[in-house]
Amino acid sequence: MTPGTLPILDVHDVTVAYQRKPVLWNIDLTLHQPRLVDIVGPNGAGKTTIIKAILGLVPLVSGSIHMFGKHLEDVRGRIGYVPQRESVDWDFPVSVLDVVLMGTYGRLGWFRRPGKPEIALAHECLAQVGLHDFADRQIGQLSGGQQQRTFLARTLAQQADLYFLDEPFAGVDAASERAIQALLQKLRDAGKTVLVVHHDLRTVPSYFDHVILLNVRLIASGPTAEVFTEENLHKTYGGRLTILDTLSQAVRDQERSP
Amino acid sequence: MIEYNTLIVLIGTSLLGLSAGVVGVFAVLRRRALIGDALGHATLPGLWIAFWLTGQRSLPILLTGALVSGVLGIWVIALLRKTTRLKEDVAIALVLSVFFGAGIVIQKMLQARHSSGASGLNDFLLGHAATINRDDVQLLVSLTLACLAVVAILFKELKMVAFDAAFAQVQGWPAGRLDFLLMLLIAAVILAGIPAVGVLLSASLLVIPPAAARFWTQRLAPMLALSGGMGMVAAFVGTFLSARFENLAAGPTIVVVAGAGFLVSFLFGPHGASDWMRPAPRLEEPAP
Repeated sequence: MTPGTLPILDVHDVTVAYQRKPVLWNIDLTLHQPRLVDIVGPNGAGKTTIIKAILGLVPLVSGSIHMFGKHLEDVRGRIGYVPQRESVDWDFPVSVLDVVLMGTYGRLGWFRRPGKPEIALAHECLAQVGLHDFADRQIGQLSGGQQQRTFLARTLAQQADLYFLDEPFAGVDAASERAIQALLQKLRDAGKTVLVVHHDLRTVPSYFDHVILLNVRLIASGPTAEVFTEENLHKTYGGRLTILDTLSQAVRDQERSP
Repeated sequence: MIEYNTLIVLIGTSLLGLSAGVVGVFAVLRRRALIGDALGHATLPGLWIAFWLTGQRSLPILLTGALVSGVLGIWVIALLRKTTRLKEDVAIALVLSVFFGAGIVIQKMLQARHSSGASGLNDFLLGHAATINRDDVQLLVSLTLACLAVVAILFKELKMVAFDAAFAQVQGWPAGRLDFLLMLLIAAVILAGIPAVGVLLSASLLVIPPAAARFWTQRLAPMLALSGGMGMVAAFVGTFLSARFENLAAGPTIVVVAGAGFLVSFLFGPHGASDWMRPAPRLEEPAP
């Protein structure tokens, strides 16, 4: 196999369980090209879990995962991660810049403190998410959207090739949503692959070019135009009628857009 | 005038207060305050069993026993959390009270048997600065300096794990082991505090100074300095008063002094009570 054909992400036969209850069942998933990918599914479908499984944060019952043809341990430097915003304490006594600098810790290694190049990089990443004037703020003094953009700047400082974002659009204001969306497209255009957990089905077709439909089992994975269909959404969300109208609307919107 | 022996003890407990204040910042930020308290209480049975087995009142032996039962207590909390539906607060309260109760039962049995040798064992409950000797102080000082050194060397790593352990782990940091190291530091400070502050209140030195320091600053490094400073002053003043007045136990005195510092910080610190008067910094823009 030549390096050019190695998949960016290869999830093979993965099963994950919490206390014997399977949350992911026999997932097979391969991404060959840099894409902006949405992971879609109802609550409890295992969207966060699949990210955590890929990143080694939850144990696999069975299966294997490779990124760029290698095991996680050998490619950590190429992987960026944005956890859910609620996963940390925003009262923590650090500045916005401090948090972004944590993205450089992996490259710095043990004991070395961030120096001038790291600080310059962190400022640059903050500028990219439009927070350059907020560097010295304590992180609790930001709005939800600004906090999310701080997390995004931290992962930009990781200078990764493959990004995992867990609900970056949850609870953010419209301006932040636009800023985050623009940045994700910039990353994709720069040849990076970005996997995003995102709930709002109405915006899926306009935001993402690849969709993974998940409900414990993998329902479908492919280009948005092919996979984001009413039939697949029915399979993913089952008989939850209340949201089916939204889904049909989303699919119609997609068909209308060029 | 301060006697030479008192001076040595004062230096020792001041250093202890300093390192407890510094380690305590991470303990508080990582939400280990209650676990620390449980660990302190859970040391008691081990302390007495060590005394019962060896018949010696030597500090290294007693503290080794204390460490074993303290760690056992933490392990039982983790086990209860993992294997049962009990929530963390229940597991902590249960271990804290049962271990401490067992410690008191063993202590009373020992005191009934060796009426002379076990005299002064009460000092370990609330601490008694006057009974600490020079060798003890040396042990305490090396323990506390070791803790300070670890925090200085691993400042960046501890900060990251305390803030976002999952992110650290994805970057390849051994978050679990760093967390364990932090727990070791907490245990070391609590053990070092036992002779001066006592098992009942030893963990308070980890909690009160950091909580007070947070009212003055929004940054980690100044918080560490302030918390260490407050811990040092509280330990110094408390020990001094306890050495001066025969019936004043060191532990409660130190805690009361630290508590006064907390009250002042809350009332006058820029991020304490005055935060109430200020409106919330900004409102979320409602979703469209």
